[in-house]
Amino acid sequence: MANNVVVQVRGLRVVRGGAVVLPDLTLEVRAGGVTGLLGPSGSGKSTLIRSIVGVQVVDSGTVQVLGRPAGDARLRTRVGYVTQSPSVYADLTVRENLAYFAAVLGAPRSHVDRVMHEVALESQARVLVGRLSGGQRSRVSLAAALLGSPELLVLDEPTVGLDPVLRRDLWDQFHRLAARGVGVLVSSHVMDEASRCDRLLLLREGRLLADDEPAALLARTGGRDVEHAFLRLCDETEVAA
Amino acid sequence: MSTRVTLATAGRVLRQLRHDHRTLALLLAVPSLLLTLLWWIFDERSPQVFDGVGAVLVCLFPFLVMFLVTSIATLRERSSGTLERLFTMPMGKADLLLGYAIGFGLVALLQAGIAVTVAVWPLGLDLAGSPWLLLVIAVADALLGVALGLFVSAFARTEFQAVQFMPVVVLPQFLLGGFLLPREQMPRLLELLSDVLPLSYAIDAARLVTATPDLTAQLGRDLGVVFGVAIALLGLGAATLRRRTP
Repeated sequence: MANNVVVQVRGLRVVRGGAVVLPDLTLEVRAGGVTGLLGPSGSGKSTLIRSIVGVQVVDSGTVQVLGRPAGDARLRTRVGYVTQSPSVYADLTVRENLAYFAAVLGAPRSHVDRVMHEVALESQARVLVGRLSGGQRSRVSLAAALLGSPELLVLDEPTVGLDPVLRRDLWDQFHRLAARGVGVLVSSHVMDEASRCDRLLLLREGRLLADDEPAALLARTGGRDVEHAFLRLCDETEVAA
Repeated sequence: MSTRVTLATAGRVLRQLRHDHRTLALLLAVPSLLLTLLWWIFDERSPQVFDGVGAVLVCLFPFLVMFLVTSIATLRERSSGTLERLFTMPMGKADLLLGYAIGFGLVALLQAGIAVTVAVWPLGLDLAGSPWLLLVIAVADALLGVALGLFVSAFARTEFQAVQFMPVVVLPQFLLGGFLLPREQMPRLLELLSDVLPLSYAIDAARLVTATPDLTAQLGRDLGVVFGVAIALLGLGAATLRRRTP
């Protein structure tokens, strides 16, 4: 699609439980690289992600995903989504979980083995998800989003609490997908994951602090690392206000 | 709506139960054990009491159990995030509800089958009508329980609340349904109230099978009401499922 824009958010306003989470957010996500959505917890990352996958009630503004309004029925096989806490069935085995989601998506059964391999869970295929560790459960949840052939992957903190080696492998996997043209949007509250992204969206209190490449962001703010850059941007906005 | 998604959901619900051996054992054995207890209480002194209420109880257990199981299963689906995930996938509301109804309906068939068998053979329940008819009524009641459980789970935030809905939703229907006193002998206001409660028709149907050998028009009407209300409640349940949440 035109200039690779996979997500286009315009003037998005979301109020949850009486609190304005996103006052007026405008941003774009492009395919061809991994976009990191970074910000402290409570900055509105999950709300933005929920708006993009079309499960959030929004007050105003528009969210276009792959050229259609977010939540459009035709997007449901084209967007892979991983919720923040693992959303899989604890009383089913790893394989049963994935086979069910594959059936709902209409994805071939062979994808079940493929995604188990991608998250390194083949040896746990017949184990009940409820018996797995927290990190393993997150991987099952992630594997479910890799089923089918999504054109956009939206991942809400998918690597929290994972073993560093696996975390590196998953980021490599995100980059391989991005290189194939899949749009990849990954949220994280861990600033050191920023270096793994091709583009960064920094979010604080529902506002976009920066939309830039990591190197450019560091150069512009003079920060040593993204955490530093984030702090400088916070100071700047407070001085301006 | 998609048959593939509906059947996959029914299969998934059954697989979840299969892994939960204790729940499955309780589901299948408890109704028969309770019936046996009832038979034993009255066996020596007044066996006609068991003959009078046995059929009604055979039909009530599946209703009660399915109500509880369904309301908690759907609540879990909401709170675990799996419902949100499914709604970002090509999952229709009707697929989900029918999947649950088919999955739990099959369990109810097995449960009621065991209860009817135990009541009629070893316990010698004296039925004027056919045991098969009793099975049909029991399954209709179970579906009513599934539909009511799905609907009510929308109003519960926690599993504690969901369990508390049982006495609120089920017990009044049981008390007013003509089990303790024939409905026409109750105060007029309560009789009118019982006319609009679906379980009254379920109990009425079970009584008819106890007393008459024929498939009467009244029995057909009772069964129609129970199935009809179950389907209507499934429709209402669909309305409480939201793809977008605040």
